[in-house]
Amino acid sequence: MSHISPTIWQFLVKWLTNFALFPPEASKIAPQMDALFFFMVLVSLIGLTAVVLLVVSFSILYSKKRHPVAVQIEGSTLLEATWTIIPLGLFMVMFVWGALIYFRVYTPPANAMNIYVVGKQWMWKAEHPGGQHEINSLHVPVGHAVQLTLISEDVFHSFSIPAFRVKREAIPGRYTTVWFEATTPGTYHLFCTQYCGTEHSHMIGDVVVLSEEDYRKWLASSTSGNSLAQNGERLFASLSCAACHNARPDARGPSLANVYGSRLALSTGGTVIADDAYLRESILNPSQHITQGYAPIMPTYQGQVSEEGVIALVEYIRHLDSDYRVQQTTNTTDLLPESEGKAAPAAQAPARNGTVKP
Amino acid sequence: MNNNNNTIVDLPDQATARIPQPNFISKENGLMSWLLTGDHKRIAILYLISITFFFFIGGALAGLIRLELLTPQADLMATDTYNKVFTMHGIIMIFLFLVPSVPATLGNFLIPMMIGAKDLALPKVNLLSWYLYMAGGILALYAMMTGGVDTGWTFTTPLSTHYVNTNVITTGFAIFVAGFSSIFTGLNFIVTIHKMRAPGMTWFRLPLFVWAHYAASILMVLGTPVLAIAIVLVMLERAFGIGVFDPAKGGDPLLFQHLFWFYSHPAVYIMILPGMGVISEVISTFSRKRVFGYTAVAFSSVAIAVFGFFVWAHHMFIMGISNYAVLVFSLLTMLVAVPSAIKIFNWAFTLYKGSITFETPMLYAFGFMGLFTIGGMTGVFLGASGTDIHLTETYFIVAHFHFVMVGGMLMAFLAGIHFWWPKITGRMYPEKISQLAAVVTFIGFNLTFFPQFILGVLGMPRRYASYPPEFQVLNVFSTAGATILGVGYLLPVLYLIWSLKYGAIAGNNPWQATGLEWQTQSPPLTENFTVMPVMDHEAYDYEWLESQKAKEVASAG
Amino acid sequence: MPDNSAIVHGAQESATAANNANGANSAHPEQPSYLRHHFNSTEQQADTSNFAMWLFLLTEVMFFGGLFTAYLIYRNWYYPAFVAGSHQLNVIWGTLNTVVLIASSFTMAMGVWCAETRRRKGLVLSLTLTFVLGLCFLGIKSIEYREKFEKHHVPGAHYSLQSFVDPASDPEIFKEYHDKPLPLDMARHTEIYFSLYFAMTGMHALHMIIGIGILGFMIYRARAGAYTSGHVTFVENFGLYWHFVDIVWIYLFALLYLISRHQ
Repeated sequence: MSHISPTIWQFLVKWLTNFALFPPEASKIAPQMDALFFFMVLVSLIGLTAVVLLVVSFSILYSKKRHPVAVQIEGSTLLEATWTIIPLGLFMVMFVWGALIYFRVYTPPANAMNIYVVGKQWMWKAEHPGGQHEINSLHVPVGHAVQLTLISEDVFHSFSIPAFRVKREAIPGRYTTVWFEATTPGTYHLFCTQYCGTEHSHMIGDVVVLSEEDYRKWLASSTSGNSLAQNGERLFASLSCAACHNARPDARGPSLANVYGSRLALSTGGTVIADDAYLRESILNPSQHITQGYAPIMPTYQGQVSEEGVIALVEYIRHLDSDYRVQQTTNTTDLLPESEGKAAPAAQAPARNGTVKP
Repeated sequence: MNNNNNTIVDLPDQATARIPQPNFISKENGLMSWLLTGDHKRIAILYLISITFFFFIGGALAGLIRLELLTPQADLMATDTYNKVFTMHGIIMIFLFLVPSVPATLGNFLIPMMIGAKDLALPKVNLLSWYLYMAGGILALYAMMTGGVDTGWTFTTPLSTHYVNTNVITTGFAIFVAGFSSIFTGLNFIVTIHKMRAPGMTWFRLPLFVWAHYAASILMVLGTPVLAIAIVLVMLERAFGIGVFDPAKGGDPLLFQHLFWFYSHPAVYIMILPGMGVISEVISTFSRKRVFGYTAVAFSSVAIAVFGFFVWAHHMFIMGISNYAVLVFSLLTMLVAVPSAIKIFNWAFTLYKGSITFETPMLYAFGFMGLFTIGGMTGVFLGASGTDIHLTETYFIVAHFHFVMVGGMLMAFLAGIHFWWPKITGRMYPEKISQLAAVVTFIGFNLTFFPQFILGVLGMPRRYASYPPEFQVLNVFSTAGATILGVGYLLPVLYLIWSLKYGAIAGNNPWQATGLEWQTQSPPLTENFTVMPVMDHEAYDYEWLESQKAKEVASAG
Repeated sequence: MPDNSAIVHGAQESATAANNANGANSAHPEQPSYLRHHFNSTEQQADTSNFAMWLFLLTEVMFFGGLFTAYLIYRNWYYPAFVAGSHQLNVIWGTLNTVVLIASSFTMAMGVWCAETRRRKGLVLSLTLTFVLGLCFLGIKSIEYREKFEKHHVPGAHYSLQSFVDPASDPEIFKEYHDKPLPLDMARHTEIYFSLYFAMTGMHALHMIIGIGILGFMIYRARAGAYTSGHVTFVENFGLYWHFVDIVWIYLFALLYLISRHQ
C-alpha cells in the first residue's frame, strides 16, 4: 500500500474506524422498535424488488424488438384488488405494530423516576430530583425506568436520544413526557432535533448511562446540597404560598398535601387529575383551575417564577404528604437552615425517588 | 412509417420538413406580446423560464448546503448563514419550483389541448397567476438579498414570530402572494376541465394527466387559503404581537402547526400528483398500450387528494398531541399510501404485453417508479407512529421527501419536458445525450440521498450545520452524489437550448401518441386546433391511431 | 412534409362534422362582441365564469375558515375573557352595520336584476346605493376601531387590561353589564379576543374595501351601458362576492358581538 499517499491513508483509517451504519441499541424499547424497523425494511425490499422485477422483465420480454405489436388490455379487477389488499394489509400490520410501540414509548411506568428537562436556546438543562443540575448532559442509571418531563422556555426544541430510539418535543408552555430504560452503560448522543434558531446544531450533549454503583457515586458528587423539592419549598415559602395553602380551618386556598395525583373537582364543574401539567397551569393561570369551594383570588405567578422555579414548586407539591411543615413555615419568608434535617416530607422526597433502590 | 425496432420516433423527412407557420410562437413578436398574452401556451413558457431560473437558484443553495456538510464542523459558513441557506433552499424549491413545476408549465400548456379547448377558461386569471408568481418570487429574492430569513421553510412559531431577527414578514408575504398564484392556477384548471371539454370528451375519456391535475387543483383551491391565513397571522403576530400563537399570552403555537400542515401536507400531493399524471402518459405511449386499469389510476388520484386532507397531524406525532389523535392520523396516513401503491403496480402492468421502447422520457419514468417506490415506502416508516418517533426530524425524513420530490417529481418533470418538448417547440431534443443525462441524474440522485437514510437511522438531525464526526463518511458520499446530480441537471438545459435551433423537426406526432395534443401541428396554433376536435374514442386508443393513419395513407395514395 | 399534417387531417374531418352537428343548437350567426374567442357560446362563457366565482368563494370560505377555527378553540378555552371582550363592543353599532350590509345586499341584488333586464339607470342607481352603503359600513367600523384605540384595546405593546381587571373604571360598559372583575390571568386573554376581533373584522373590511373599489369601477362602466347589453356575468359574479362578504359579516356579528347573549 505504499503507493497511497500517507494523507489519504490517514483519512481512510480515520473514516473506517469512525464509521457507523446503525446506531447502538441501548434501551429496552430500542430492540422492539428495530424489530418493526427491519420488518418494514424487509417489506420495502420485497415491494421494491417486485416493482423492479416487473419493470425489468417486462422491458426485456416486451421490448419492441421482441414484441412489435402491443396487446391491448383493459385491466384486471382481480390483479388490482390483489395489489390494493396486500399493501393495505401490510400497512395495517405496520400501523398496529407502530401504534403499540408509540403507546409504549409515551406511557411511562408508575415507578419511573422523574427528571425534569428544560430546553432553551441553545442548551438542555436537566433537574434531578436530588437537586443535581446538569447542562447538555444527562446521567441516568442502567436498568431503571426514567421519565423525562420536558418543557421549553422559548421555542420548540426536541429531545432526541438516537441510541434509545426516543424523542420528544419540548414545547413552550406545556409539559410533555417520554420515558426509557437504559440497558447498556456508555455515553450516547443527545440531540435537539427541532430547528430552534442560530445555534441549533450546537444544542447537543451526552447521555451518560452509569452502572448503579457509578450512578450513586455521581449523585453524591454532583449534589448541590438541596434536593429539587427543597428548592421548591424555599420558593413556596418566599412566595408566601403558605399564607393561603396552609390547611388551617380558615385557609383561603386548598391544602396541597397529597394533592398530587388525586382527582379534583373544579369550580367550573369538571374534574381533573392533579398532575404536573395541572399544577403548573394552576400556578400560572389560576383562575381557570379553581378547586370547588374556593374563591378565585389566587394571583397569577406568570413572569414571577422561572420554568425551573415552577418545576421546583411542582416537585415540592408532588411530594408533600402532610401539612405540618407548611404550617411551620407560614410566617417565615425563608426556610431556616437547621430545619433541613427534620423528618419533613421534602427531605424524604429525594430519598424516596432520587436514589436507586437495589 | 418507421420500422426501426428500437424506437417509435417517426419524424418527417428532414430535407423538406419545416416548422409549421403560423404557430403560437411566431404569431406575434416583441416582449409585450409575451407579457400581455392570454395564450395558455405562452404563459406556460413564461412559467417554464421562470421556474427554471428559481430551480437553479434553489439548486445552487442546495450545493452550498452539501458543501458545508462535507466536514463535521461549520467551516464553510457560519451557522446562521447555513440556516438562511437551507431556509431559502426550502422556500424556493417548494413554493417557487415544486408547486408550480408541472401544473403551471406542462399543465398550463397541455390541459386545454388534451381536452380539446382553445384555451384555459380564464386566460386573464392565468396571466395574473404568473404575475403573482413572479411578484412572490421577486419578493422572496429581495428578502434573501436583504438579510435572508432563518426560520426554516416551516415558519415554526414562536421561533418565527419572536426569536429571529430576519426578514420573516417579507418572506411570508412572498409566500402569501405566490400562494394566490397557485390558487388561481388550480381554480382555472378545475373550471376548464369542467366546462371546456370538447364534444365527446367524457370524464372517463380524459387523459390521466388531466385527472391528476384535477385532483391536485382541488388541493390547491382548498388548501392554499389556509396557509395564506396562517401566514397572515404570523405576520401580524410578528408586526404587532397579537399573541394568537404566543404561549406567553395564552396563544397556542401548535395551532399554527395545525393550520400550516393543513396546507403543507396536501401540498406534497399538489407537488407529486401532476408528476404522476406525466408518468401515466409517458408509460402508455412508450409501451403502446392503454394504461392498465384506467379507472383505478384515475380514482387513485382523487383518493390521494381526499385522504391527503386528513393526514396533516402526522407531522406532529412527537409534539404532544393526544395519543388517540396520533392513532387516527397514523391510520389515515396508511390509507393514503394505498392509492400510490395501486398506481405503481398499474404502471408496471401497463408494460405487460406492450411493445416497449426506451426513449429518454421512458427512462425518467422508470427512474420515477423505482425512486418513488422507495420514497413512498419510507413514508410508511414515518406514518407508523412508533418508528416515526425515532426517524422524524432526522436525515431520514430529509431523504424520504427528497426521494419523493426530487426522485419522484423532478424525474417526472424532466420526463414530461422531454416528452412534450417536440410539441412545445416543434423540434426534437438530441436523444443520446439526453439518455446519458437521465442515467447520470439517476446515479447522482441515489448517491446523494440514499446515504441520508442511513444518516437518519443513525440519528443525525436535520438542519444541522455541524455534526458528530462519525457521520462524515456518509455525508461525503452525499456531497459527491450532489455534484453528479448537478451535472445531470445542467445537461438538459444545455442540450434543450441547443435543440431550439438545431433539433430535428418533430412533426405533429413524433411519438405516435394518442392524446388530442398530438393530433395538431407542433408548435400548435394559438387556438390549438383549426377545427374543434371531437373525441370519438377512448383515451390511449392506439388502434384508433392506427386506423387514422391507415385512412390517411389511403387518402394520400 | 408528407407525414406532418397527415393525422391531423383525419381528426379535423371528423371534428368538422361533429362541430356542425353540435353547433346547430348553440352557434349564432353573429356572435356578440363580448364573447371571448375561446368559448363556443355566451351560455358556456357565463356558465364558466359563474362556476369559477363559486370556486373562488370556496377558497374564501377556507381562508376565513382558518380564522374561525382559531376563534372556536380560544373561545372554548378562554370563555370568560371572550365574554368580557365582547362586552366592549357596541352592539348598537354592530346591529346598525348588519342592517347596512343587508340593505347593501338588497341593492346589489336589485342591481343584478336591473342588469339582467337591461335597465341602465336602475343599475347605476343600485350600484351607487351599494357603494354608499359599503362606505357607511366602513365608516361605522372605523368609529368602532377608534374607540378601541382610545381605550388601548388594540393588541400589542400598548394593550391595557384596565377595563377587565377593574370594570368599574369603565363606567359606560359597567352600567350596562355589571361585569365582575376578571382575575389577571384570565384578563390577559382578552388580548387574544381582540386579536381575533381585529384579524377577522380587518380581513372582512379588506374584502369590503376591495369590493367597493370594484363597485366604483363598475359604476363607471355601467354608466356607459357596459352591463345592460346582455353581458351580465360580471355583475352577477360581483353580486355573489358581495353577498358572500355580507354573510361573513353576519357570522362575525353573531360570534364577536353576541357572546353570552343567550343566557
